[in-house]
Amino acid sequence: MRYAVRRARSPVTYVWGLLIAATTVSWMLGAHHDILVDSRRAATVGVLLIAFAKVHFVGMHFMELRHAPRALAWTFNAWVVAVCGIVVGLYLAG
Amino acid sequence: MPEAPSTASSAASSTAPSEPRSKALSARDEVPARPDGPALPVPRRIPGEAGVWVFILGDMTMFAAFFGCFVHDRSRHLEVFAWSQAQLKIGFGAVNTCLLLTGSLFVVWAVQAARRDALDTARRFIALAFVCAAVFGVDKLIEWSDKIAHGLTPATNLYYMYFFMFTGLHAVHVMIGMVVLAHLWRLCRRPAQAAAPLSAARLRTLEVGASYWHLVDLLWVVLFALLYLMA
Repeated sequence: MRYAVRRARSPVTYVWGLLIAATTVSWMLGAHHDILVDSRRAATVGVLLIAFAKVHFVGMHFMELRHAPRALAWTFNAWVVAVCGIVVGLYLAG
Repeated sequence: MPEAPSTASSAASSTAPSEPRSKALSARDEVPARPDGPALPVPRRIPGEAGVWVFILGDMTMFAAFFGCFVHDRSRHLEVFAWSQAQLKIGFGAVNTCLLLTGSLFVVWAVQAARRDALDTARRFIALAFVCAAVFGVDKLIEWSDKIAHGLTPATNLYYMYFFMFTGLHAVHVMIGMVVLAHLWRLCRRPAQAAAPLSAARLRTLEVGASYWHLVDLLWVVLFALLYLMA
């Protein structure tokens, strides 16, 4: 029981809650983007930024990269930033 | 939930430094802290093995190229992509995202439980992650059947070629992940000597499998945004 309580209050559980909340927000942005923001393009950019932020959190907290050697964590985050930049850039340029 | 650490756990923590498991744990969780002093910094180490990270980063790079191709082609065939995407039910993708995120949380909890030698708890969480993966597979099959029943196949247009290719490739990752989870479940069985904890090598294998499972999760997070939500 002691561990069950500790587990429910652990940072990784809060991160999971954040990720589920972010999924709900991006679902709303994608399905009913006119409710949250005026612009379709702004909604899509929001959806993409949320997706890559989620990837960052999965890497740092679920994959435990926050405790990994900095070079590995930076390589992972460089992938997140670079791919996010390319995808958003291609979308806006299209 | 009955999961008090067994005597094996306390025995492990009191064994000599040559004990394999104590070496594995001392690298992360069991940070020695003096009761009267500040907590010592956690030493950094690679989760699992370096080799699995070469694979993970390589796989992520391959998918990054796919993501770039998809967005590039989308801008050139905007109407086709918009019409095709409108045929999808976003609920399928959203539920699948929640399933994989929840499966990942169970895997994290399983690794944490195994580190403190609560192997029954670890096995229970791995089984729950497996159920999440299985439901994801069933959900994906229902979605594919629905699309094919409505005449939407990889031959329909460029969007559906991407849709079936990406989701199919990801489904292969999920199936491999289910085999990995089944292996981890077996790995977390109590060793023959009832008091013996998991060895450091087994804990590392558990971390390798967990890292792979989180890769499956994060790839889907991006696929969900690209395939279902872009407007």
